[in-house]
Amino acid sequence: MYSTNYVIGFVVAMTTLVAVGLTTLREVTKDQAKLNESIFNKRSILMAVNDHLGNSGVDDMSDEDVLKIFDNQVTQVALNSKGDKLDSDAIIASGYKGGRAENIDMAKEKKKSSDDMIFPAYEYNSGNKKFYILTVRGSGLWDEIWGCVALEDDFNTIAGASFDHKGETPGLGAEIKDNPVFARNFKGTKIYNKDGEYVSIKVRKGGAKDKNHEVDGLSGATVTCDGVTEMMYRGLKKYEPYFDAQKKGTKVQGMLVK
Amino acid sequence: MADTLTKVEEKEPLFGKKERQLIYDPLFDNNPITIQVLGICSALAVTSLVVPSFVMSIAVVFVCGFASLFTSLVRERIPTQVRMIVQLVIIASLVTIVELTLKYLNYPIYKQLSVYIGLIITNCIVMGRLEAFAMANKPWRSFIDGIGNGLGYGLILIAVAAVREIFGKGSFAGIQLIGPSPDYFINTTAESGIGTWFSWYSNNNLMVLPAAAMFLIGIFIWIQRSRNPKLVDIS
Repeated sequence: MYSTNYVIGFVVAMTTLVAVGLTTLREVTKDQAKLNESIFNKRSILMAVNDHLGNSGVDDMSDEDVLKIFDNQVTQVALNSKGDKLDSDAIIASGYKGGRAENIDMAKEKKKSSDDMIFPAYEYNSGNKKFYILTVRGSGLWDEIWGCVALEDDFNTIAGASFDHKGETPGLGAEIKDNPVFARNFKGTKIYNKDGEYVSIKVRKGGAKDKNHEVDGLSGATVTCDGVTEMMYRGLKKYEPYFDAQKKGTKVQGMLVK
Repeated sequence: MADTLTKVEEKEPLFGKKERQLIYDPLFDNNPITIQVLGICSALAVTSLVVPSFVMSIAVVFVCGFASLFTSLVRERIPTQVRMIVQLVIIASLVTIVELTLKYLNYPIYKQLSVYIGLIITNCIVMGRLEAFAMANKPWRSFIDGIGNGLGYGLILIAVAAVREIFGKGSFAGIQLIGPSPDYFINTTAESGIGTWFSWYSNNNLMVLPAAAMFLIGIFIWIQRSRNPKLVDIS
C-alpha cells in the first residue's frame, strides 16, 4: 500500500501535467479548428444553392473557393422578429462576439421566445440571379434537425434545400441528410398558395399529392418527416416580415451588415 | 501490482517472435471483437461507412498503443488505490488529443464520428489491455500489445463497414459502385450496357441500420470458430 500523501501527490502531479498539456494543444489548434467549423457551416449554407453555384457542386469545391464565394457573392444579414436588419453592435449585444450574421447560433436562438429571436439570412448572387438562403431549425425524433432553404427572388419558389440532424436513426430519419433525393424534391415547391396565403411545404407520408406544396416522405421516418414539416412551417414563417420588406423594396431601418 | 511483473530476458530482439505474436494474436485468434467480444458498442455504431470506420480504427490504435505505453512506463509508481483512475486519465487525455487533432485536420469527419470519439474512453478494449497486460509488462511489449489489439479492432470494423457500405449504399469508401443514377459505376437505371443486367438491384436498407452490424459480427464469429474449433468454448 502507498501512503495517502504519496497518492495525493501522484494524483495532483498527474492532473497538472495532463491539464497543462491538453490546454496547450487546444490553444495551438483553436484558430484552425474555428476556421474549419466556419467552412463546414458555410458549405452547408451553400449546399442549398448547390445547383446555382456554377460549374461544380459544394462537395467538389476547395475550402478557399467556399470562402471566396462567401466573401464575394454572399451578403449576410441578421434579422429580428420584425424583419429589421440588425447592425453588428446588435448582434454582439445578443451574445455573438463575431458580430456577423454567420456567428448566430440557431440552437441558442431556438430556445428564446419568438419575439426576442434573431436569425441570419444570406443573399447569394449567382451572377444573373439572386437567391435568399434562410435557416430553419426544429426537432426530429431523437434530437434537433436543421436546414438551409434557398428561395428565389419571388420569395415564394424554393430553389434548393439542405438538411442536417444531430441524432436521427441512420437509414431512416438520417436520410433527410444522406439521401440527396429528399432535399432535391423541395426544389420548385412554393411556400405561398395561389391566393397568396402562407402554406409552407408539407412532407407527406405515402407521397406528395400536391406537387406545389408537398414533397415525398421517407418510409420508416414519419416522426422526422413531420418534424421537417413543422420546421419548414415555423422556420420560414419567421422570415415573412423580411420577405415583405424586400418585396416592397423599401429600405428597412438599421444598416446592412457586411 | 509491481511484483507480478513477468521477467523478460535481457538480450531480447526489438521485434522478436514474442512481439510478432503480440501483433498477430489479436488480429485473428484472440481478436478483441470476435473472440473477447469487447468494444461492440462502437463497432455497431460507426460502421455504416468505410471512411469514418477507418478514422475510428486509427484513433483506437493510437489510443490503445500509447495508453499501454504510458501506463506501462509508470506502472511501478501508480498507487494501487487509484490505479483505475490513473488509467482513465491517461486514456481520456489521449482521446482528447485525438479529438483536438481531428477538429484541426478534418472537421467533417470529426462531425461524422461525433460522440464516438469521446466514447473511446469507455471502450472496453483499451481499459482491458491496460489492466490485463500493460500493468504487468515492460513498455515496449505493452505498446506492441496495444497496437495489436487496436489493429484487431480496426480490422473487424473495416470489414463490417465494407459489407455494410457496399450493400447498404452501393459504394465503397465513397467510390460509387452501383446505384440508380449515372454517377455510379453500374447505373441500374441505364438504358443500355452493363446497367441493364442489374435493373432488379436495389440497396438493402437493413445494412444501413446498426442492427446489420450485429448480424455481420455474429457471422464473422461463426465463420472464425467453425474454421478453428480450438476457439470454441467447451463448457
